[in-house]
Parts: sequence; C-alpha cells; structure tokens
Amino acid sequence: MSTTLPPVDELIDRLAAQMRPHVAPDTVLVGIHTGGVWIAERLHALLGLTQPPASIDVSFHRDDHHLGNGLRAGGRPSHLPDTTEGAHLVVVDDVLQTGRTLRAALNEIFDYGRPARVELAVLVDRGGRELPVAATYCPLTLGLPDGQSLDLARDDAGRLSFSLGEKRGAP
Amino acid sequence: MTQANPQLNQHGELIHLLSIEGLSREILHGILDRAEPFTAVAEREVKKVPLLRGKSVFNLFFENSTRTRTTFEIAAKRLSADVINLNINTSSAAKGESLLDTVDNLAAMQADMFVVRHASSGAPYLIAQHLAATGRDHIHVVNAGDGRHSHPTQGLLDMYTIRHYKQDFTKLTVAVVGDILHSRVARSQLHALVTLGVPEIRLVGPQTLLPTAAAQMIPNAPLRVCHDMAEGLRGADVVMMLRLQNERMQGALLPSPQEYFKSYGLTPEKLALAKPDAIVMHPGPMNRGVEIDSAVADGRQAVILPQVTFGIAVRMAVMSMLAGVSQ
Amino acid sequence: MKIEIKNGRVIDPASGLDRATSVFATAGRIVGIGDKAPGGFQAEGVIDATGCVVCPGLVDLSARLREPGFEYKATLESEMAAAAAGGVTRLVCPPDTDPPLDEPGLVEMLKHRARQPGFAHVHPMGALTVGLAGQRLTEMAELTEAGCIAFGQASVSIVDTQVLMRAMQYAATFGFPVWLQAQDAHLAKLGVAHDGAVSARLGLAGIPVVAETVALATYLQLARETGARLHVRRLSSAAGLAMIRAARADGLAVSCDITVQHLHLCDEDIGFFDAHMRLDPPLRSATDRAALAAGLADGSIDVLCSDHTPVDDDAKQQPFGEAEAGATGLELLLPLTLRWAMEAGIPLPQALARVTSDPARILGLLDRGCGRLVPGAPADICVFDPAARFTVSRERLKSQGKNTPFLGRELQGEVRYTLIDGHLAYSADRLL
Repeated sequence: MSTTLPPVDELIDRLAAQMRPHVAPDTVLVGIHTGGVWIAERLHALLGLTQPPASIDVSFHRDDHHLGNGLRAGGRPSHLPDTTEGAHLVVVDDVLQTGRTLRAALNEIFDYGRPARVELAVLVDRGGRELPVAATYCPLTLGLPDGQSLDLARDDAGRLSFSLGEKRGAP
Repeated sequence: MTQANPQLNQHGELIHLLSIEGLSREILHGILDRAEPFTAVAEREVKKVPLLRGKSVFNLFFENSTRTRTTFEIAAKRLSADVINLNINTSSAAKGESLLDTVDNLAAMQADMFVVRHASSGAPYLIAQHLAATGRDHIHVVNAGDGRHSHPTQGLLDMYTIRHYKQDFTKLTVAVVGDILHSRVARSQLHALVTLGVPEIRLVGPQTLLPTAAAQMIPNAPLRVCHDMAEGLRGADVVMMLRLQNERMQGALLPSPQEYFKSYGLTPEKLALAKPDAIVMHPGPMNRGVEIDSAVADGRQAVILPQVTFGIAVRMAVMSMLAGVSQ
Repeated sequence: MKIEIKNGRVIDPASGLDRATSVFATAGRIVGIGDKAPGGFQAEGVIDATGCVVCPGLVDLSARLREPGFEYKATLESEMAAAAAGGVTRLVCPPDTDPPLDEPGLVEMLKHRARQPGFAHVHPMGALTVGLAGQRLTEMAELTEAGCIAFGQASVSIVDTQVLMRAMQYAATFGFPVWLQAQDAHLAKLGVAHDGAVSARLGLAGIPVVAETVALATYLQLARETGARLHVRRLSSAAGLAMIRAARADGLAVSCDITVQHLHLCDEDIGFFDAHMRLDPPLRSATDRAALAAGLADGSIDVLCSDHTPVDDDAKQQPFGEAEAGATGLELLLPLTLRWAMEAGIPLPQALARVTSDPARILGLLDRGCGRLVPGAPADICVFDPAARFTVSRERLKSQGKNTPFLGRELQGEVRYTLIDGHLAYSADRLL
C-alpha cells in the first residue's frame, strides 16, 4: 500500500489559513519537541504573531515511563513564557494519533500556570485515538494502519518532509 | 573470584546506584544529561513532575544525616513519590534486629526504592544482593553514603557542577584536598573523574589522611599524591575540598585544627596558585577556618551553593532513571 | 576388626612410599603394608580402593569445634562428621571457646566428649593466659596433664609484652610449645581487610602488613631470649615469611603454618564486599599469596591447615566490616591441598606431607606413627578418589558452618573412606 502525502510546506500553508481568523497577535504557539517546534516556527512567521513561539518537552508527563520509554537522555527543558496565566495558547504538533502526547503536553503546560484557552493545531490526523482528543485545526486526515510510522524530518537546508515506514519494535 | 556488577541488569542498564565504580562514561554522561531538564523544575509554578507518582521511596538512614536525607526527600517529592523516612539507628538496630531483617520488613511494605545511608562500607551492596537473591530486585537501591566507600550521588553532582563550569573533562587538572582516607565523597569523585577522562588528579593531604596505597587505589588511573598543598594546587582547574570530621582533628591523625589549617586550609593566597578561573567545591557542611577560609568559601570562585542546587536535579535524574528502567 | 584396603595407590609421605599395594589393620593399628597379608591375617572387612589414593588421615592444626559456648554455630557432633567426611583424623582446636580453654576441667570435658568411636582425635590448645586476657598465666602443667598439646591465644594478642615474655619463659621451662598468631593489636585495631589498593578503593579499614611483622619481630626476639618452642600460626604475608626464613637461617627453631584460604585467595577476591572473604588474618595481596604458595612448596612453611571456623548465617550476612571472620574448612582441606599441588606442579606425596606428616611432626607425634602409614601406627587412614569432582555447596557440607569463600566452586578430590583407630568413620557409599 502506498500513500502519497502532499508537500509539508503546502500543509503548513493550509494550516495557517485555517488558524488565521481565530488568532490574535498575542496568541502563543507552543511547539511540542521536536517536530511541533519546527512547525510552530513556520506558523509564527506566517501568522505574524508578536509573542515568540514557546516549546515544551513532554518527557516528565509521559505515561509510558514505567515501560522504559520515559526520559531520554538529553531531554530538553521546556521554554514557556514567564506567565501562561490567562494566555491563549495553541499547541502545535506534527501528527495526532493516540492523543497521549497531548495529554502529557497539557499537564506540562498547567505546571506553569492556568491559561485562558488551549487549542490544538496538527499537520496530520492519522486516526487511532486512545483518548478523547480532537484537533482544533488540521488540514489533512489519513487512515494509517497501526504498524505504519509517519515521521517528520528536517534536512540541513531547513526543508521539512514526511516519511512513511514500518514501525520498529513499537510498544 | 569475579562477581557480576550488581548495579547493572543483564542489558547493562542501571537498576541500583551503589557506586560510581563500574559505571561507564556513557552511563555517567547519561545521568548528567538527564539531570539537566530537572534543574528547571524548581523554577516552575508547580515544582513537581509525576514521574514517581504512586511510588514509595524509603529513606533508610542507619546513620543520621539530616542534610543528605533532606536532599533525597526533596528530590523524591518533586518526582511525586511518597517518601517515608526511617532513622534506623534509633529504632530497630537498637533492638538487635539485623540489617537484612529490617530490609525484609520494609520490602514487605511494598517499597519501590530504598535510599540507604549506613556506617559500614558495602552495606547497600549487601541489601541489593539480598533483594536479588530473594526475587525482589524490582526494588531499587540508591546508596546515600556507606562507610568510607561511596557516596555516588554526591560524586555525580560534583561532576555535574564541573561539567557546568568547565564543559570538557579531558583537559582538566583536579586537586582533591583533605581527609581522603575516611572520605566516601573522595572515593566517588575519584572514580568519576577517572572514568570521565580527567588526565591529572592530585590527592592532597598529610600521610595520616591518605590511604597507604592511595596512588594505586584505582588501577591505571592518573592519580598523584601531593603532601605539599602548593604543589597540589599549582595550575589546577578544579579544587575539591573535603570535610574534616571533628573526631579526626585532635589525636593520632592530626595534632590540631589550627595546624591543619596552616598546612592544608584553603586560603586566598593558596588558591592564587591554581588557575585564575579555577572553581572551588566543597560537599558541605564546611568547617570554616579548618579546611577552608571564609574569604574563599564566600569568594567568586566558590561554587558550593550551586552544588547543592544541582544535587537535587541529579538525585531526581537518578531516581527517575531507576524507576523507569524495565527489569 | 581386621580390615584390608586393597588395590589403592598407597602413599606414606614421611617415608616416600608411593605404590600400588594393600594396607592391613587390626585392633586400631596398622599391622602390615604390602602385597601379601601378614601371617595369620584373615580380613573381616575389605575396602576396594581401586582408582583411589590411600594416605594417612589428615592432621589439621587449627579447627574450631565451637564447643563449649557457641553451640548455635556448631557442635562437636556436626564438626566431627565434617572432619571424617574431609579425611581429617586428628585436629587441634584453639582455645577461643566460651569460656576459653584455660581450666583443666574444661579441657578434660572436651577430651571426654570427643572420645567416641568415629570421632577424630582432638588435641585442645590451652589458653596461654587466663580468659585469653593477656594478664595472668594459666596452669600450663595442669592443662598439659588434662590433654593440652600446646598453648596459645587464638586470635587474641597479648598486648603487654612483659606478660608475653613471662608466658614464653614459663612455657619454655617445661618445654610446652607456644603457638601464636602474629598480629599487633594496635596496628590491626578496627581493621577489616588487608591495607592495600583494594581496601583503599573499597573504603575498608586496613590491617597493614606491619601489624604482622611488628608482632613477629617481637615473638622471634622473645623466642631467642626465652628458648620457647615457637610455632607461628596463620602467617599471611611475604614479609612475615621472609622473617621466618631469616630467623631459621639464624638457627632459631621456629615453625609456621598457613591456611587454605590464604594459599588460594587474595584481597582482590573480596570483589563487591563478599563477606565470605572476611578472614583473620585478612587475605593479603596477590604477591603475598604467591610468596606463601612458594614458601609452602619449599618447606619454609611447614604446614597447611584449614583454620576451620564455623560461622552462622546471622553473623556472616552482614556488611563486610561487621561480618564475623572465618570460614568452614575441614571438608575442603584435602581438595584444596590437591588443587595447590596440581597448580604448582608439586608431587602428590610432597603435597600430602603438609597436611599429614608435617603437622604430626609439629605436634611431636610423628615418632608415634601419627600422620604415617607404617606398621604399628594408629589406623588413621584416608582413602580418596583424586579424580572425582564436586561442587562446594551448603547442602553438601556436613559442618554446621556453611560459609566458605569456595561455595559454588568446583574442586577435585573426594574422600571415599575415613578410618579412625581402625573404625570406619566415614564412607561415601551409603551401604557401608
């Protein structure tokens, strides 16, 4: 089975178009390490936001820590604005699948304060949800089988691309 | 007779932290890397992450140490663990219960982790081996100081501090000064420095406070004994001072604290022999005027308080790493 | 009972006899060695020793039986079974019982309890000072009459050198042997392991080699001065051995022994705080071990002993420094002797001399046929299969003390039969 994906740049443009009517200049984009951070940087430029994009690492809140998949060495600290209190946040990630990453991201965000509103923007919703989570903004929905992986990569020139493959020893 | 290193599982992953000895450079850097994000946790609104939520951490202190116990307690609590503190020297040991009986009892209370402080070198090994022999090696053991042998989290936080200020271990000259003979901190530091590739390590102190075979204590290590403080400090990048215990200050080891300070106390004049950007470390609590002059302890080269802060992050890293490893 | 042991390789280390032949025993004595039975001998029991070595029963110069006082660690019954299973037919027990062997009554009681068919000959070592306290001399003449073969202090040093000198003078007056372990009490204070690179690395308080040599220098000088017959027990270091050699070269009649532990192990074997390696004296460096092995081979060290010390699990399963020193060894003396012979290329008769005729000589019993296979000697005989391998395990050990550094190790040389005074004390075959 082969699935052809649209270019990532086109998906980001479509995502920005969906978001544009709903964001204000002081909306804060929060990219999830690593792919979400790259996308948030692009969206930030396209949407002309004033607040710099934030980034979070969800390792502290992952629910598969006990399976030995928890903290990776070299986990990066999260960088959120001094106060998220009362802010409008849009969490940005590359792919939405089970919803567990978003659950961890929300926990991480709430360790820093109480935002007014949190939305979710992803490039691809690949299905396979295990938690009641839905994207607020999403330009592409796919039905990928569980054994298939969908990874975002960035080359030296900063170009983003998706690659499809077989999952290796997935938990 | 060779025995398997009891702190690693068959995949070479850390299941207990008993000593720095026997841990690879990769594992040491892995722990330090992992500690880094934890340094930021204390600066958040919620100073807690849920990695050890629902886990029971028992602080088994067979030897009293409020300070060390507190640092482990803070680390465990910031990981959301439930912490139970036991000062055993005042309870069961006085009633004649053996160490392993105590351990069996506490293991039966569904402990997930033992943080052990004991006056006898090797006691945490005995506990870890006993847990393995009785099929309970899902309980992790962290050595919080055993006799003169090891204090691995102190050694790790010292390495975190050095890496923070000096980055590259492989170009450093490090002086360890003071009572090396009786110091578990020194032994942990030495193993870590050697493993991390420090090319010159000086052991500075009088003959009465150094092991007879000090320079041979780690095979093929760049250890050099200096009885002369000036020789030990000259050109050093890192000066690691050790605490001198009160009971050693007078008697057959040393005549008096004053005489010790004269020869081995770190004063601004002596520190001037080290590199201008040398850092000064001390595991605390300090004896001002015995091993270190206040002008140095409070001076711009001292990194003694950052050591304490990093210590929490390093202990969080170790505990979360152990709890996260699959058996 | 008339017994014939046939088809075995008969070794009598003292005479150099080493050939396939038969041994004949009657009424507790050896009556003949040769291919033909003595005239009129009609065997009532025959032991087929095919593939086995037939040698004198082993003589162990240091084996603690733990009676009286430490019956929770071991009893006479359990340790006598261990001795028989190890081919040991004669042993010396040190005086550190509770109370110590400092009164004739205690010695007589022990001798009496041990005088049973199938039990090894027990020679108590009397305490040199009352309560081993190093202050008052014991009634050495009375104790000798009660059965003490020598006087010593077990592991306890006499701190007051004036008392030590007087004790040696007094013993010398009557020709009583003095057996001492060389360890200066102050230099060894609080120490738990050899003072060297291993103890430095593990943070274990050290016992320096000078603790041995300083005490040894004192003993040798006092032996010269007093004329006491000195036997140095449990030597541990190369430096100590050099002093013994020098003293002998100087004309002093001094003998010494080492333990099987110190022959085969060194401080590096402590590994990760293995309390089985907690021994007294401590295991020294690899260099020391090699020197002791060489000294045993060239005869500078007279005797190899087990230093059998049953230690209960409660006392052993402790952090290294808190664990009680000692190891069980009666059943391992023979296989560990054979292992040394094999590793060092020592001929079997010469190796066996160190655990048979040589210790009997130190005891002054060689002339009476002890530690020998000759007509007229007591029928104390060990028959062992030198090729049989076994793994040391708690289950296999008959001693009540199950702790030894050799647990889990495979050793070679299994006792098949042990005869004590012509009585079959042990048989590996259940039927007999």
